[in-house]
Amino acid sequence: MIFSHDVVIVGAGGSGLMAALYAKEGGADVAVISKLHPLRSHTGAAQGGIGAALGNEEEDHWLWHAFDTVKGSDYLGDQDAIEIMCQDAPRTIIELEHYGVPFSRNKEGKIAQRRFGGHTRNFGEAPVRRTCHAADRTGHAILHTLYDQCVKNQVRFYDEFQALDLIMTPEGVCCGVVAYELLTGEIHVFHAKMVCLATGGYGRVYKTTSNAHASTGDGMAIVLRSGLPLEDMEFVQFHPTGLYRLGILVTEGARGEGGILINDRGERFMERYAPTVKDLAPRDLVSRAIYQEIREGRGINGKDYVYLDLRHVGREVIETKLPEIATFSRTYLGIDPVKEPIPVAPTCHYAMGGIPTNYDGQVERAGRGSIVPGLYAVGECACVSVHGANRLGSNSLVDLVVFGRRAGIHMAETLRKEGRKKEPLPDNPDRRVREMLEDILSRTQGEPVAVVRADLQQTMMDNVSVFRTEETLNTALEDLKQIRERAKRVVIRDKSKRFNTELMDAVELGFLVDLAEVITRSALNRTESRGAHSREDYPKRDDENWLKHTLIYREGEGEYRFDYKPVTITRFQPQERKY
Amino acid sequence: MNVKVKIKRFNPETDAEPHWETYEVDVDPMDSALSVLLHIKWHIDGSLTFRKSCGHGVCGSDAMKINGENRLACSVLVRDLVKGEGDTITFEPLPTAPVIKDLVIDQSRFFEKYRAVKPWLITRTPPPERERLQSPEEFALIDDATKCIMCGACTHACPSTWADPDYLGPAALLKAYRYTFDSRDEGAEERLPVVDSREGLWKCYTIFNCNEACPKEIDISRWLSALKRRAVMEAAAR
Repeated sequence: MIFSHDVVIVGAGGSGLMAALYAKEGGADVAVISKLHPLRSHTGAAQGGIGAALGNEEEDHWLWHAFDTVKGSDYLGDQDAIEIMCQDAPRTIIELEHYGVPFSRNKEGKIAQRRFGGHTRNFGEAPVRRTCHAADRTGHAILHTLYDQCVKNQVRFYDEFQALDLIMTPEGVCCGVVAYELLTGEIHVFHAKMVCLATGGYGRVYKTTSNAHASTGDGMAIVLRSGLPLEDMEFVQFHPTGLYRLGILVTEGARGEGGILINDRGERFMERYAPTVKDLAPRDLVSRAIYQEIREGRGINGKDYVYLDLRHVGREVIETKLPEIATFSRTYLGIDPVKEPIPVAPTCHYAMGGIPTNYDGQVERAGRGSIVPGLYAVGECACVSVHGANRLGSNSLVDLVVFGRRAGIHMAETLRKEGRKKEPLPDNPDRRVREMLEDILSRTQGEPVAVVRADLQQTMMDNVSVFRTEETLNTALEDLKQIRERAKRVVIRDKSKRFNTELMDAVELGFLVDLAEVITRSALNRTESRGAHSREDYPKRDDENWLKHTLIYREGEGEYRFDYKPVTITRFQPQERKY
Repeated sequence: MNVKVKIKRFNPETDAEPHWETYEVDVDPMDSALSVLLHIKWHIDGSLTFRKSCGHGVCGSDAMKINGENRLACSVLVRDLVKGEGDTITFEPLPTAPVIKDLVIDQSRFFEKYRAVKPWLITRTPPPERERLQSPEEFALIDDATKCIMCGACTHACPSTWADPDYLGPAALLKAYRYTFDSRDEGAEERLPVVDSREGLWKCYTIFNCNEACPKEIDISRWLSALKRRAVMEAAAR
């Protein structure tokens, strides 16, 4: 079928729903297509909070938030966009509150705020209470409230429709998407004046991740396949505290409420790595510190994990401020954090890189000002870039809502001002998707998806995680070459039209392979260490050569081209990064 | 350990009736029930179909009937489902909902009921510049109810729902509670008539199945009782 809407948003997490809500309130006809029911989106798993200089607990300023974000990004974040985010954050949080988000409250009845890694007062003096939260289920509170509001405002939802391709005119204007309906197995065309990708991250590229099974980077891979670039893909965040072996997130809020990391000798080792802010250092630093402790034999019982100790925090704080993580710890590890420390290790958590956009969400083809007409991207799949080389905790939810909102407003305003018509659809807009699915369904001999995917996730975990060298990255590239060939021959057993999740698993494997390759190549290309990208063979940050964003283009199978884009610096000149 | 996994399979495209299939798998007692299903899908039979996403009890995708009880597959471990070697774990779709395929149910009715209760904050007073104030005590009234992940385990465990498919059911009524008891909400007049109705609150006989089924351990019956009292009071005042 062909469906027709002014605005088609792909993905129904925090940024997609914000864009939908504001575009709809601005008068546009809005549809949201999502491969999951919206309430299953991964925003719902965000725990600790959302950063904004509301100053409800103590003095705070948006400029302090901006400085922390710039420093946290290891000076790779674009400061114009960061200023916008930090200035917009307080009023956007207030709007969320007015929509009904059930935030935790302080004694005065205002939104409660807590400490988080890398957030400080007065340009680095000491930790500040900036992170607004709804206990440790802040993402869940925001996601459900936004969905309730979208339902109220009669946003049109197409649930369990998986977008598989963009539709571009020969002139390079985006005029729709091709989507697969899980229930029926039908391929549909969504014809639109504007498309906004809000498809989230790609954590499933790695073996150990806090991300949902659905986090397969679909939007980024689709953009790459359409000849558009991805930005800063070498920057992958490993969250320091995933439940050991499982990777399930334990919020940084646990350390914000007073939790500390200890090694096998019972030492609070972060004191050595970040003397001022200690356990509340940014995530890149803490993850490296944990691995360093493990390498030097101070992991618990000599193994590859450390302890997150909450015992001194007390039962009341744990039960009221951190109830979810207490439950996870009890359920999955049989450990009660009131009485025992929690075994943790770094887990793949967040993509700093993604689809390059300006601060209104418009996708850029080749650096500043080169807009792809009709195409927007917001949320984790986009790279504005406000996170640069390393995102601060509680800056992801704020990125989602601030830039989702801005894109929604921008789309509605542009439609109103320009009254733009839909570009005519090119011939056979769904041909690529049909061929791809027919190919997968026609195969009779080969490996199952899961076997190839597991090998992909293993090599990325071993070779392209927290520490990297030319050698490990080349090993990964060699492995990926084989994996790419194997992925092309995977066989599925389910050939039915109805709710064929195995077919989508095979498609998503293709996306994961593409993304693993651009992550690895971008990491090999950047011969310095910055933020989450830590090259042991190039241990220093190199501003002279690398204070710039990477753009990677796919030119053909296995062929890539790099380009670069300068970092926007407004107020904060790069300095050595110490905490 | 080795366990038998019995799954109720049904693909309406090819099957006239649902049927049981049994798989023997090697599992770790600390594996979640979802991991067991994933092992079967990934390594034994790729056509086995179920919903899943976050894998740790937050997204609400994988509510199903496991060993006869409605649970989230990702939030229950093998060690809590079997006593020993060779024991059986059974998986079925949530009861009484139309089955799309295997363990996947059609949730459209479930979400229609959710939409019916006006599940959003209704306000008349213009919002202040800053946040609306809400005391910790006022927040405590809705805290538990806001944990709901809309997985459907409660509604599909409710005998009143089994008997009357039009009954709004615990999940939708809990959502009505969550907004009606939110100190910022001014929509009781609009919302209460929906729940104070033949297919609403009064079909809740406080059987407590919802409480037992809820994977987030929400005290649903308690909040529905509070909503009943509120409905009676508002009706008396009218």
